[in-house]
Amino acid sequence: MFKNVAELVSRAETESIQISEVMIRQEMEVKQLSREQVYSQMERNLDVMEKAIEDGLKGVQSHSGLTGGDAVLIQNYMRNHEPLSGNLLMDAVSKAVATNEVNAAMGTICATPTAGSAGCVPGTLFAVKNQLNPSREEMVRYLFTSGAFGFVVANNASISGAAGGCQAEVGSAAGMAAAAIVEMAGGTPQQSSEAMAITLKNMLGLICDPVAGLVEVPCVKRNAMGASNAVVAADMALAGVTSRIPCDEVIDAMYKVGQRMPSDFRETAQGGLAATVTGKQLEAQVYGDALD
Amino acid sequence: MKYRSVFDIIGPVMIGPSSSHTAGAARIGRAARHLFGRQPEYAHIHLYGSFAQTYKGHGTDVAIIGGLLDYDTDDTRMRSSIETAKELGMIIQFYEEQAQMDHPNTARIVIGDKKAELELVGISIGGGKAEVTKLNGFELRLSGSHPAILLIHDDRYGAIASATTILASHEINIGRMEVSRKAEGEQALMVIEVDQNIEDTVLNELERADHITQVARISD
Repeated sequence: MFKNVAELVSRAETESIQISEVMIRQEMEVKQLSREQVYSQMERNLDVMEKAIEDGLKGVQSHSGLTGGDAVLIQNYMRNHEPLSGNLLMDAVSKAVATNEVNAAMGTICATPTAGSAGCVPGTLFAVKNQLNPSREEMVRYLFTSGAFGFVVANNASISGAAGGCQAEVGSAAGMAAAAIVEMAGGTPQQSSEAMAITLKNMLGLICDPVAGLVEVPCVKRNAMGASNAVVAADMALAGVTSRIPCDEVIDAMYKVGQRMPSDFRETAQGGLAATVTGKQLEAQVYGDALD
Repeated sequence: MKYRSVFDIIGPVMIGPSSSHTAGAARIGRAARHLFGRQPEYAHIHLYGSFAQTYKGHGTDVAIIGGLLDYDTDDTRMRSSIETAKELGMIIQFYEEQAQMDHPNTARIVIGDKKAELELVGISIGGGKAEVTKLNGFELRLSGSHPAILLIHDDRYGAIASATTILASHEINIGRMEVSRKAEGEQALMVIEVDQNIEDTVLNELERADHITQVARISD
């Protein structure tokens, strides 16, 4: 099994295959499954993601009433205006938001790598799709490439907000998405690694501070920004921009920052936005009284 | 390495809103259910750390009870699990604990009925993955990264051989194995980590084997 990003990239380069192919072959070997079995399991995940986006774009509301309907607002805005940040970027944002709104409403989603960060990977995928016109197989490969980078983060750092803050969740998800966009756009394995590094560097230190302990505020909008971060970083990497700090060292830095993060900022709803005046008021509204 | 599969990262398909607090919690509940072997009549659930502080918002309570009802992470009945459990006569009590545990997402579940009781400590390590760290007072070093079979058996000669013979006959390779007991001649626990997921037929066969009282499977 590849232990880090350097090994992952070098395996792809040595064998002249894509990152997604390295991941598929490893999965077949570890789980003793055929290519078809591995592929079809991932295709089912893709179907769930597509359905969640569809549902979110129709408009959903969470039980608490804190989130819902923003994906619809953004899509309406795109129909009536030329978004300043461009159509692809806003499309990615709306689809990331759609996924997390469905998640907050206790709908069915696919964790990528977690539920709270489930918007970045599918949001970018279904936006980039409109420009790159990938085959269904290339879309499934996008998920294997994302998974390969997430696999390294999960084993060498953390993908849990309770353990490492939001940088570990949305930060990882955004980096995974960036790496996958690069591969789909025809970039090299090394460029995928640069895109992951650039993205994660810009998410370092991000705390996990859910208002009322719900995966809603600020999680939904953090996925929106994670998705846009991913698209921009992918473009930079495809342009030939590299990260001065290698991807594995960025992941290690993220891990160490997470370890030193006080527990108030690790999904306990005790600090950050959760501890603001309005955050506390919302918490009281949701539960009738405060959690603590 | 804690994570071995790409589907730990892209997956699971689940009911929101939190992979560690909802899906991971459901898996801890389900592990307890499988180890107990039937639906319990009562459930005392102690929550620690982030679980204790945010469980209402994340549906951790709903998820653990869903697991106790044998629901998978993507079962849409999850949302109404507590109502369902109560209708089925299950007595449920949650405790928000102050104690610091090694892991921020820890749950201690005590379930039982007139015949037996089971106590399990589980942690949710992220992305929906869960590990069992303690069972009926036995410390476990269950990595959670391999499928595993847990066997509660009498501390007698032949118990281990009968289990491993069954696995061998199904060509199942054992990656790691651990046997512990509370006292000589009493209850013992066998933990067997294997390379592939275990079919029901194998479990049924293990259940019928000599000296084995309870069998549970933890899937990858």
